[in-house]
Amino acid sequence: MIRTAFVAAVLGVGVFGIGLTAVVAQSDPTTERRNTMKGVGAATRDGAAIAKGEVPFDAAKAQAVFKVYADASKKMPGLFPDSAKTGGDTTASPKIWEDQAGFKAAFAKFETDAAAGAAVADVGGFRTAFGNVTKNCGTCHETYRIKK
Amino acid sequence: MLRLRRLLVTLVLLAAVGFGGFYVLTDPRVVSPPPEIGTLPAPDLDNGKLLFAAGGCASCHATPNQDDKLRLGGGLTLASEFGTFHAPNISPHTRDGIGNWGVKDFVDAMATGVSPSGQHYYPAFPYTSYRLMPPKALADLFAYIRTLAPVEGRAAGHDLRFPFNIRRVVGGWKLLFFEGAAFKPDPARSEAWNRGAYLVNGPGHCAECHSSRNALGAIIQATRFAGGPNPTGDGRVPNITQHPDALGKWSKEEIAELLKTGFTPSFDSVGGEMAAVVRNIAQLPEADRLAMAEYLKSLPAVPGPAK
Repeated sequence: MIRTAFVAAVLGVGVFGIGLTAVVAQSDPTTERRNTMKGVGAATRDGAAIAKGEVPFDAAKAQAVFKVYADASKKMPGLFPDSAKTGGDTTASPKIWEDQAGFKAAFAKFETDAAAGAAVADVGGFRTAFGNVTKNCGTCHETYRIKK
Repeated sequence: MLRLRRLLVTLVLLAAVGFGGFYVLTDPRVVSPPPEIGTLPAPDLDNGKLLFAAGGCASCHATPNQDDKLRLGGGLTLASEFGTFHAPNISPHTRDGIGNWGVKDFVDAMATGVSPSGQHYYPAFPYTSYRLMPPKALADLFAYIRTLAPVEGRAAGHDLRFPFNIRRVVGGWKLLFFEGAAFKPDPARSEAWNRGAYLVNGPGHCAECHSSRNALGAIIQATRFAGGPNPTGDGRVPNITQHPDALGKWSKEEIAELLKTGFTPSFDSVGGEMAAVVRNIAQLPEADRLAMAEYLKSLPAVPGPAK
């Protein structure tokens, strides 16, 4: 009896623990979106090196850049729940929640422009596609991010 | 009784002197026309176009919610603690814009902040910076604006709270804070530095946003370029002095790169109003961006105001 209660308690704590971890992992979209954007920045660093000719063109490396953008554009719109409007030193602009349609459309355009880069075969094509897709950075930040 | 009357008379006299003093001191005198205005050569439209981009004229004066940045119909609202400003129509429309202006009117507006009808402009229009442009440059800019499409319709008037809704008050503000001289090159510095200093402080009017302001809305010179609260919205404007947390560790080339592409050395992309600034400054020759960077690299390291 005691043993059953003990096992149940351990299991309960375990399940609760797993549940808690899952909640914690999902409940901090601010950190997650920040890390996602850091990944986008790192990819842009790699892409800029290729575009400037500092690193020789390599199709696999080029596609890796566009894949980071494509993944981020799919993931990011879901990381702005109402519960993460403020806090965590976020630089998200209130306009994200005032204009959800525009915000999602900006990521849809980012995704389209990133997809256009997946097939680039040389440095010239890369420069064009990279130039187009990275224009999205400034236009989106112009409206939806504030500086702190 | 006699004493009371004397007191009243004194008060009335003082009020008259005070009002008269206010009236004289806040008179929208124009320091111009500068003598050379009648002898200027034919305007250089390319230089005018460059200055139009450097000055970011379209960022405030282009009609909002349409894509053509050269339609200068005005109407953008600028919220401030003094009330709401509405950018006016500066297209060459004869009735609603500046189509009837002469060069002298334009120079007066840009260099002294006085309108053709003799009224003070509010310094939300950054003539406090534009005044550094010499008459020749202003004439070029004016000629370029006159080549653009006339746009019909006037923007709404400003909606300011008392006493700021009295334009004469700006006259007092100018006495305290406005300096009216054009840019003077420093012969001890390089040509590029002087070009950069001119572009940053004059047409670029960078300090207008990248500085904090006092209770009367004037730039606090001790923390010029050290950033502060965003005057037109949420968040903060970054420090662009040589402070280690600002641009101290950036190279000249990295600053020029930001002004061209919007990317910082860590490949963050600038947003807010700076995104439009980058689109404008990207139209300048690379040498101009490097000159601006050279000037910024020469600024002292100033910590920004506390958050």
